[in-house]
Amino acid sequence: MKPAKLWSWIIFAFGAAYFIVPLLATFEFSLRIRREGYTFDAYTSVFSDGRFQASFSYSLLIGVCAIIVGLLIVVPAAYYVRLRAPHLRPIIEFITLLPLVIPAIILVFGYIRMYNTSSALPLLGTNLGTDILLTLAYVALALPYMYRAVDTGLRTIDVQTLTEAANILGANQATIIAKVIFPNIIVAVLSGAFLTLAIVIGEFTIASLLNRQVFGVYMQNVGANRAFEPAALAVISFVITWGAMGMIQLLARFAPKTARRD
Amino acid sequence: MAEEFLRIDKLVKTFGGNQVVKGVDLSFNKGEFVSLLGPSGCGKTTILRMIAGFERPDSGRILVEGKDISGLAPNQRKIGMVFQAYALFPNMNVADNIGFGLKIAGMPKPQREARIEEMLQLIGLSGYGKRYPFELSGGQQQRVALARALAPSPRMLLLDEPLSALDAKIRVSLREQIRQIQRELGITTVFVTHDQEEALSISDRIVVLNTGNVEQFGQPFEIYNRPQTRFVATFVGTLNTLNATVADAGAKTVTLGGTTVTIPALPASARNGEAVALTMRPEAVSLANGATRDIVLDGKVAEVSFLGSVIRLKVDLGDNAVNLDTFNDQRTPPPAHGAPVRIGIASSDVLVLER
Ligand SMILES: Nc1ncnc2c1ncn2[C@@H]1O[C@H](COP(=O)(O)OP(=O)(O)OP(=O)(O)O)[C@@H](O)[C@H]1O
Ligand SMILES: [Mg+2]
Repeated sequence: MKPAKLWSWIIFAFGAAYFIVPLLATFEFSLRIRREGYTFDAYTSVFSDGRFQASFSYSLLIGVCAIIVGLLIVVPAAYYVRLRAPHLRPIIEFITLLPLVIPAIILVFGYIRMYNTSSALPLLGTNLGTDILLTLAYVALALPYMYRAVDTGLRTIDVQTLTEAANILGANQATIIAKVIFPNIIVAVLSGAFLTLAIVIGEFTIASLLNRQVFGVYMQNVGANRAFEPAALAVISFVITWGAMGMIQLLARFAPKTARRD
Repeated sequence: MAEEFLRIDKLVKTFGGNQVVKGVDLSFNKGEFVSLLGPSGCGKTTILRMIAGFERPDSGRILVEGKDISGLAPNQRKIGMVFQAYALFPNMNVADNIGFGLKIAGMPKPQREARIEEMLQLIGLSGYGKRYPFELSGGQQQRVALARALAPSPRMLLLDEPLSALDAKIRVSLREQIRQIQRELGITTVFVTHDQEEALSISDRIVVLNTGNVEQFGQPFEIYNRPQTRFVATFVGTLNTLNATVADAGAKTVTLGGTTVTIPALPASARNGEAVALTMRPEAVSLANGATRDIVLDGKVAEVSFLGSVIRLKVDLGDNAVNLDTFNDQRTPPPAHGAPVRIGIASSDVLVLER
């Protein structure tokens, strides 16, 4: 037992170093913008850059829209599959996995072909249209995570009996989803939401080809033109992503399994 | 009391080629407490779910006060339902659970709160309004589920094995409480159970179901004492079966263990020399009481089960065996295993089952 335990720790330390050393090195590098010693000047410079603020808030906005649209599609869909068409579950699961199989670049070239200014639905002709398209693209990208998160949430409650109990008390389908099902899977829903946000904040391919100034595109620009700021940005984006992941863990820990207390 | 409230007409339901409810006809009176009793898989839940509107009948009609409700969705039927698994909304406290149906119906807040308080008192849980379901015991949760179902004043109450997830003591006290509340409100109630003792103890009438058919519909006293089919006789209560041979069909006599006895219940269709099964409840058999019982048989004690107030003995009669119940008498210990005993049976308590 003892040597096996020792070995597992060694392997763990090795694996952890593989992730942590480059991060620490990046962080260290981001602090060396001045000769005299370590400063946070690179961070100050990034945070005071108007394009950072603009691209970051734009990404955040698109992310929140993608979460809302995604939830409006996924929650009712996953609910109906569980309630009325459990035999369709493998098919639905396969469909939700497609965005992982099909590269984002194929998706975006498809969009450009389908929705260009000379097409029947020229979404790319206007700014708003492009924003909508970008949001929908992110909904598709986040689909595998969102569907799984919501479906896992639904598995923890007795969907059929709760639905019937609310139904016989007079509730219609929309009320049942909004008042009974959704509040009971809120933790799962939030974890799906944070995953979506983490994906959107770091996304580059689709936004860049649709010519949208998202956070990922800004990072790429800065990276091409500066030395220390990209390192600072990399650390910032790591903190955001890990913060979102941490929130998921926190939510899972603090929400009681059977009920949410206000 | 004899005013018809719910009528079920030639109800049929098939699941994937398997006919689960086979043309059921029933008529329940207003304010009546009826149990659907039968073994697992006999279609009890399916009938209840068709009344609630969760399953659509293949054919047949369900009428409430003369009106066909088949076209109504469950949320339009004004029926209260209690589920085996409680099914309280985990995200709402007790008061919000009870008030859910009232809120949907658009009752203003002050009236709603008064009604919730009234329901909490009815189920004996005043002061529990702010608790969440997971903070309650199973019995308390089921009482809240009952209050939630009753709060919007439904015209009918359906309960699908509401007690089967609870332990024995609570099961008995809660079923008495359900019955008492039902009487107080005078609400027509359909109660599904596979527990015959439960059905016998709280029902006005019992529907005994077997493989999708109604075997018998009647008061507990009739179901128990005058079962009309072999299934009812064996499913409800314990039954003794003694093998006998018809001696003289005209005189209604049979030979049983070497003696000839008269059985008033012997059917006219019986023929001389034919083997018949005589059946009787354990309480129809008594120990050494030849004076009041006209059939007297000798045997040996094969088993003694002490059940508390009652002692059940199994007596070996050679080619037959019977179970009998005697009251526990604190001054007289029960007969020992293997001891010779004489038993008495009143021939008028003997049933001869057809089929
Ligand atoms: N949705 C369904 N799809 C297919 N078969 C079903 C469905 N619901 C019930 N059945 C079948 O119908 C039969 C009767 O079921 P039902 O639930 O009415 O029995 P029950 O009398 O309530 O039994 P239990 O005491 O076990 O609850 C069973 O054989 C069951 O397998
Ligand atoms: Mg059932």
